[in-house]
Amino acid sequence: MDILVQLIVSGIAVGGVYALIALGFVLIYKATSIINFATGEFMMIGAYFFYSFMVMADIPAIPAFLLVMCCAALLGFWVERAILRHMLGQPVISIIMVTIGLSSILMGMAEIVWSTDFKSFPPLFPRAPIVVGNIIIRSNLFWGFVIAMGAVSVFAVLFKYTKVGVAMRATANDQMAAFSMGINVRAMFTLAWALGAVAASLGGVIIGNMGGIQPTLGHIGLKIFPVVILGGLDSIAGAVIGGFIVGLVENIAGGYLDPYVGGGVKDLAPFVVLVFILMIKPYGLFGKEEIERL
Amino acid sequence: MRIGNFKETYAADEAVFTSPTSRFWVAVLFIALAAFPFFAGPYLLYMANHTGVAIIAAVGLNILTGSAGQISLGHAAFVGVGAYTAALLTTRLGLPFLICLPLSGLSAAFFGVIVGAPSMRMKGLYLCIATLAAQMIFEFIFIHWESLTGGIRGINVPAAEVFGFRLNTEFSFYFVTAPTVIIAVTAARNLFRTRVGRAFIAIRDRDISAEMMGINLFHYKLLAFGASSFYAGVAGCLNVYLLKIVTPEHFPLHESIRYLAMIIVGGLGSVLGAIYGAIFMTIIPEVLQSIMGLFQGLSPTIMSYLYPLQTVVFGLLIVIFLVFEPHGLAEMWRRLKNYFRLWPFEN
Repeated sequence: MDILVQLIVSGIAVGGVYALIALGFVLIYKATSIINFATGEFMMIGAYFFYSFMVMADIPAIPAFLLVMCCAALLGFWVERAILRHMLGQPVISIIMVTIGLSSILMGMAEIVWSTDFKSFPPLFPRAPIVVGNIIIRSNLFWGFVIAMGAVSVFAVLFKYTKVGVAMRATANDQMAAFSMGINVRAMFTLAWALGAVAASLGGVIIGNMGGIQPTLGHIGLKIFPVVILGGLDSIAGAVIGGFIVGLVENIAGGYLDPYVGGGVKDLAPFVVLVFILMIKPYGLFGKEEIERL
Repeated sequence: MRIGNFKETYAADEAVFTSPTSRFWVAVLFIALAAFPFFAGPYLLYMANHTGVAIIAAVGLNILTGSAGQISLGHAAFVGVGAYTAALLTTRLGLPFLICLPLSGLSAAFFGVIVGAPSMRMKGLYLCIATLAAQMIFEFIFIHWESLTGGIRGINVPAAEVFGFRLNTEFSFYFVTAPTVIIAVTAARNLFRTRVGRAFIAIRDRDISAEMMGINLFHYKLLAFGASSFYAGVAGCLNVYLLKIVTPEHFPLHESIRYLAMIIVGGLGSVLGAIYGAIFMTIIPEVLQSIMGLFQGLSPTIMSYLYPLQTVVFGLLIVIFLVFEPHGLAEMWRRLKNYFRLWPFEN
């Protein structure tokens, strides 16, 4: 029983971080309907930026964190301007492939700049685990969860109440109407990419703090697909719920099944669940059914 | 000089090679292909065999993704299914190579149809992610079902034997790859002159309109998945006998993406494009390696950047082609030909 509770708690904690990374995907998809396969690589680059600022440039954690956000925003901005803007109106497969190509570029660059060696951050939080009743949570995981949830809430509030947030939602809802209301739709696209990159890179810093960083860190980004499909592609609340479900599923399945098949269940389980959900609900759990007309 | 494009019979209109000139060049190509192994060294033959395998797989993926419009991130998994089928049929049942070849295609096609079944209800991104899930699940099976697949150590396969010849060198295996590639390409090229191939294209262009014209979407989508996986399975089988071993490392997600990159760089929906793309993407890493080899004298550590640089160039190629030349090498080739058709006069 204790094991189950333990697995559930760490599942929720990891799920919170997945939710933040998935938010990076959803922000971009919502505004621009671009499926960003490079979300995982944005995450990885964010973690490396943090490493460079903290370890190489010796900047304290909090300013380093802010600098990472600025750099990630610049990266997202540049990517949208340089590449994705040319892809407006192209078929889905071309857009998917462009982001896959982008992820390959980012990964190769990271290997060239930071080498393939495994790196880890200096300890950011007190080492002592957090104990609640008889549940023990690793402090990295706990604080990671807190930061992720904080960031998700900030994004949600920004989206809901600020003028820019409303403009972004309007763009996502109906581009034509947004144009005619005087919203600068192109600027919104760029902003969505910048914010998406910021969210993903924050997730990357948290994940990197839990398990160290490597150029292949971006592969965790593949897990956001089960998350966003579960949660519906364009819903922030859905991303959070999907994040928790995936975190729980992979921890529980991994905890109970790994001894029987020799590991690896953790990475597989979300995809198996995904297949079953897609069989029953082809547009995901909370996704909007698309109705096509000729 | 060819001027105009006049056709007087339906047969002339339907012909694959429309002019004596193109028939002449195809004949030259066949002769060159037949003569190639007698002049090339082992390295070139090795490259030729691998390119051949890549061509078969890419042509298969182009049927599904380029022509029927169903994007698949799981093509490497089907190549893997074909490879493991071939390895198991040989080592467990002792079947000869020529029987393994179609059987591994059929087994991959079987799994392809299963994976394609959800395409009845999903499309676009959702289907793409379902195939991503299939890739993950197959990879897991290849690694973890040790009693069948041998886990990460894989399965060793003896050299193929055809009509009493042991194909244990690159030279001898070339005489299997080259004809298989020719048959595969001819079949694919002809597929698009039949009802089935045209139904695929109709589905890609607008599935709802296609359905209204009496095309059974589900049936044809499954057919596209089956045909494409059949090609993948055949490529997998050849790959096993070429390397004489099969391990899960040969079929990661990255490999699926490489096949997609081939058809994008080559030209979506064109058989020739898939061939150009497969050749291009197989040769580029080698070219990169030799270029970096030239600079090795300047800095001895330069070779350690080879692999990441390949990754960057790979990504750059995809992005550059999609942004500047979305129809790929096939389109560039066509433009070049058109330019020289009336050369030196302006078209």
